[in-house]
Order: sequence, then C-alpha cells, then structure tokens
Amino acid sequence: MFAALAFSAAATPAICAPLAAFEVVNDGIPVALTNAPGDAIRGRMIVGNRQIGMCMLCHQAPIAEDRFQGDISTNFAGVGARWTVPQLRLRIVNSRQINPASVMPAFYRTDGLERVTATARDKPILDAQQVEDVVSWLVSLK
Amino acid sequence: MRKIGVATRVIALAMLGFVSLAVAQSTRQSGFDFMQPATQALQKDDTQNPAMLWVKDGQAIWAQRDGATQKSCADCHGDIKRTRGVAARYPQYSAEAKGVINLSQQINQCRTTHQQAKAWPAEDASLLGVETAIAVESRGQPLAPPAQSQLVDAQKRGEAAFDRRIGQVDLSCRDCHESLAGKRLGGNIIPQGHPTGYPIYRLEWQAVGSLQRRLRNCMTAVRSEPYPYGASELVDLEAYLANRAAGMQLESPGVRP
Ligand code: HEC
Ligand code: HEC
Repeated sequence: MFAALAFSAAATPAICAPLAAFEVVNDGIPVALTNAPGDAIRGRMIVGNRQIGMCMLCHQAPIAEDRFQGDISTNFAGVGARWTVPQLRLRIVNSRQINPASVMPAFYRTDGLERVTATARDKPILDAQQVEDVVSWLVSLK
Repeated sequence: MRKIGVATRVIALAMLGFVSLAVAQSTRQSGFDFMQPATQALQKDDTQNPAMLWVKDGQAIWAQRDGATQKSCADCHGDIKRTRGVAARYPQYSAEAKGVINLSQQINQCRTTHQQAKAWPAEDASLLGVETAIAVESRGQPLAPPAQSQLVDAQKRGEAAFDRRIGQVDLSCRDCHESLAGKRLGGNIIPQGHPTGYPIYRLEWQAVGSLQRRLRNCMTAVRSEPYPYGASELVDLEAYLANRAAGMQLESPGVRP
C-alpha cells in the first residue's frame, strides 16, 4: 500500500525548464509565478491527487471522496480565511523558508536536494502553473 | 505568525532544547504495535503466517549438501537450533569480509568460501528462506549488536544517513520515524522504523523480503535514488537501526501490510 501512496515519482511534471524567478516579501510571494491565472478546479484535483500534489498524505481537506486523508497537519477547511494569496504561495513554493525544520516539502524548488531519483531530477514537485492552481483553490476555502 | 501542527511544535521545542526528538527507550514500539488486529493475528499464528513457507524451505536448504565441497550448513553448524541468538547480533564486523556485513551477506560468504557454491542474488527465495529460518531461532531474543569498533563506526555513518534529508520530497528517515511516528501518512500509519520483524512477509509484495528491500522502498517513496542491494550505505543504516532498537525483541518473521 505504501509504495502506491508514497510520493511515487510517476507523475512529476515533464518540464525541465528553469524555475520562474520570484521574490519573497515578508512571509509571502506577492507576484504570481505565471501570467495565466490559477484554475481552482484544477487546483482541487492537484491537491487530491496522491502522485501530483500529494497534500492529502499529510493534510485533510473538504474532499469527501478521499477516504485516506493523513493526520500529520491541518485541515484545509477555512485555509483561505487564515492566509492571503501571497502567504499561501510561499507556503507551497517553499514552506521551509518560513520554518526550516518543517516536514512539509518545498513544492517549487530544485536546488539543495540530495540523491534525487533520475526521473525527478532538476524538476520541482509542482510546476509554476500547478502552484497557481493550488493557491486559487485554497484561497477559495473561506 | 501562526504555527500549526503538532510536528511543528515538537520540532520548535526541540530546537529550543526542551525535549529530545530521540525515541526514548521506554516508548519504543515495534511496527507490530501499529498494525491492524487482523494483520497482527497473521503474524502471531505460525500456521497462518505465510513466511513460515519460506522458513520450511530454508530449513530444508540448511541440511542440503551443495557446492564444490558438497557440504551443508548443518555439516559445519549442526542443528539449526544452535543458531539461537545469531540473527539478533547482525549486522556485525567480519574479519573475513574485512567489513561490517548483514546476515544475508554472512550466509553468502559461507556459500562461496565453505561450500564453494555460487552466492545467491539479493532477494533470492533460497537466501531469504535460510535467513528467515535462522531468524526464527532467535525469536524473543533481544537485539544485541556486539561491541566492535568497526561496527560503532558503521552505526555512526548509518545515524548520519538517518538524519539526512533526501530525494525530491526532501525528508529524512528521522522526520518520518521519530517526529511523525504513529501519525497517518494518507492511509498508512508511520511506524517507528525498527528492524525487529525482518525478514518480513509483506502483503503488498505477496512475498518475504529483506530489511534492505524495505529501506529501498522508503528511499523511493521520497523520490530518492535507492542504494543498490548490498551497498555499504544500506548495511550502515541496518547497523544503526539495530543499535537504535538494541534490547527490543526479535519477532521474525513479521507480517506487514
Ligand atoms: C509531508 C507532509 C506534508 C505535505 C505532503 C504537505 N504539507 Fe502542508 N503542512 C505540513 C505541516 C507539518 C504544516 C505545518 C506548518 C509547518 O510545518 O511549517 C503544513 C502547513 C501548511 C499550510 C499552512 C497551515 C494551514 O493549513 O493553515 C498550508 C496552506 C499547507 N500546508 C498547504 C499544503 C499544500 C497545498 C500541500 C500540497 C501541495 C501540502 N501542504 C503538502 C505538512 C505537509
Ligand atoms: C515519508 C515518510 C518516510 C520516510 C522519509 C522514511 N520512511 Fe520508513 N516507513 C514509512 C512508512 C509509512 C512505513 C510503513 C509502511 C507500511 O507498513 O505500509 C515505513 C517502514 C519502515 C521500516 C519497517 C518498520 C516495520 O516495522 O516493518 C523501516 C525499518 C524503515 N521504514 C526505515 C526507514 C529508513 C532507514 C528511512 C530513511 C532511509 C526511512 N524509513 C524513510 C515512512 C517513511
């Protein structure tokens, strides 16, 4: 069961392009990573997918059809009222810039990683558009 | 800034030096304790534990003459019951191998040197059979890594690896098996990661597998490149795990989901 649910590498984004540049201001990233706006419906799918967003391994969310939600961290219900868009963006891009000891992985980062498997090397877990999609779903959860 | 999540709080406290993240001796629990009653029942009953088929094979191989010398394990070691305690002491330093080796490597060393037979490949059913048959004889024995300076060095290297964040997901063994042990990672309860049940029968594998197979699974899980079977890095981790679990009872063959 573990192999199937673990952060299995099958569906990492097929891009190898350099990461979009972004600037951290206070505890957020104010400017979107892409020109196209995020799509909340795609965001919900990414969050719920074990191979893509894998958020539900640790979090819970109002996704009733998911029966195996983790209990390592918070429930996303109300997360859009807890944080602003820039704050959410930084937490997904690299929550370890806020708390280096956090177990939450950085989803938009390729540097400083060790022994990354070949199929995932030099790729972030989520691409820029996927980060924006996730942010736009989370912020809708007021 | 708001900080949410028990893990965060524990880590924050640990950084302030208030609590230790190390699993305290008294709170150590085998993976068995984290399992569903139905899976526990499979492990507890030898007539139901599928790994006992491997044990039977291993016991038969113990008595079979093999290799150029046509000797059996029994010819040198006598009744397999005399191996009581052996599995609880591996990995250990071997002067013959000039390094720290695990039990399966010791078995293969006996094959190549004393039987002059071919070494079995990693995860070969015969190798797992003999290893499991030896491990069964040590059931209930406390893990007791011997005091050897070379082994201490391996344990230290293993501990460093246990603490190192690896893979695209960038997590260490300790992140999961200490800070998050007992928590639910999706549908799976994260155990403390003790090696006390190995080799195990894993329902997902439909087969018996070694501790190295388990460690490689955990490495793949965080999208890191697993070390090849037999790599010294894996033996170092096994040596650290055995020491971390020293005094806990061997319960091979475990059954895991
Ligand atoms: C391996 C575990 C893990 C995974 C996977 C994970 N998180 Fe987290 N997350 C945490 C933890 C632990 C915290 C608590 C804060 C900290 O540790 O810094 C957290 C905090 C958060 C927060 C702020 C707390 C809140 O809910 O108000 C947000 C938002 C968040 N995560 C979103 C996500 C999203 C979106 C994903 C997937 C794309 C994700 N997380 C994947 C462990 C994880
Ligand atoms: C992302 C979390 C995670 C990381 C990182 C991780 N593991 Fe695990 N590990 C697990 C889970 C979950 C299981 C149990 C799987 C199951 O039973 O389905 C497990 C099982 C184990 C077991 C078997 C315990 C038993 O009772 O059968 C050992 C030993 C182990 N891990 C060691 C390690 C080592 C060493 C590392 C680092 C190289 C590591 N793990 C990294 C999550 C992790």
